[in-house]
Amino acid sequence: MEAINLAGSTVGVLAEDGVILAGEKKTTSKLLDQAKQHEKLFQLDDTMFCAVAGITSDANILINRLRLTAQQHAYSFSEAMPVEQLVTSICDYKQGYTQFGGLRPFGVSFLVAGYDAHHGFQLYHTDPSGNFSGWKGYAIGVNNNTAMQIMRQDWKPGMKLQEALELTAKTLVKTMDTASPTAERLEFGIVYKTAEGQVKFRMLKDTEINKLMADAAPKEGEEGAASSST
Amino acid sequence: MGTEAMLGLTGKDFVILAADGQAAYSIIRLKNDADKIWKVGKMLFACSGPPADAGNFMEFIEKNVILNELRTGIPMSTKAAASFTRNELAHALRKGPFQTDLLVAGVDNDGPSLYFMDYLASSEKVNKAAHGYGAMFTLGLMDRYWKPNMEEAEAIDIIKKCIKELETRFIVELPNFKCKIVNKDGVKEVKL
Repeated sequence: MEAINLAGSTVGVLAEDGVILAGEKKTTSKLLDQAKQHEKLFQLDDTMFCAVAGITSDANILINRLRLTAQQHAYSFSEAMPVEQLVTSICDYKQGYTQFGGLRPFGVSFLVAGYDAHHGFQLYHTDPSGNFSGWKGYAIGVNNNTAMQIMRQDWKPGMKLQEALELTAKTLVKTMDTASPTAERLEFGIVYKTAEGQVKFRMLKDTEINKLMADAAPKEGEEGAASSST
Repeated sequence: MGTEAMLGLTGKDFVILAADGQAAYSIIRLKNDADKIWKVGKMLFACSGPPADAGNFMEFIEKNVILNELRTGIPMSTKAAASFTRNELAHALRKGPFQTDLLVAGVDNDGPSLYFMDYLASSEKVNKAAHGYGAMFTLGLMDRYWKPNMEEAEAIDIIKKCIKELETRFIVELPNFKCKIVNKDGVKEVKL
């Protein structure tokens, strides 16, 4: 649990026409070459991905299993696995490690975002005990209380993807410890519906992230007004 | 392929299945009012083959489909059920195969669907299908008379034509055809 609360802030927001996950990468040293490595967000299936907080090595094991489970379902039923079923399956696995002595539980919390035909766009949070629940906005990692508070205030039913992206950026700006967060330290992923009605997953490009963060950054003189309203 | 006949056709918003009522033990007729069309969830499965395999396999599939719905809260689509059944047949094939040929029928949100499946675990989505020796006499009739978006009465009429042909040309008399229709509201039996 300790490692989860120390992890880079990780935010998920559910919109009407999509779902977003974003996370802050904790850079430990400038010598670390992490340019091409995902640290926070992982694609699980065509229309599902997750964000991770906690012990990375534990997370890798669970992500392997999540991907395997999703493909096994597709193999058996010729259909993509519903999001809730995948979350349930990984939580059953996590729960197993809380029951028996001698083994330690997985120190990992996930935010799982995705789409299925049954319940549309969805966002779930799982914790190491194997509990999970569905959310419209959720935050884990550093400053998650602040992040949740911002989302509680600003999340509105019927939000479009663009508005939700702005809310995600705003939340991150206020929870991260840097004054000017850039794409270098962030990962953004979305599951969204194309104009043709196809549902897709993609990671946002660095330029898109930089624009979002710049727009969300408090403007000169606005700082006081923004904080007094919270 | 046994001395049996199982027929299936898709219609506008339904699928119709028909199967003979003969349960055979070698060359001995055990009974002539067997029901070879199973209701599985909201779907229909017609299953031919030795009564032992057919009964065993269909109960296994039926219980698993129900279990899946209880676990997930989501009824299995016809596609998912057909895929699951095909998988079970394929896994059994190299161990202890089930000698069962099936027709899987159901109506989902995206319309009616009918799957033709044999004991070698081939599975094909089709509009008209038949199993058993009966298939040799009836597939031609289905090709001649089936058309897209049929009403129930038209489909029942084709089934009747097929049974008539079997009575005329097939040297074995297949008794008591049972006919069932599945649509979005559920399953009903049709008196022929």
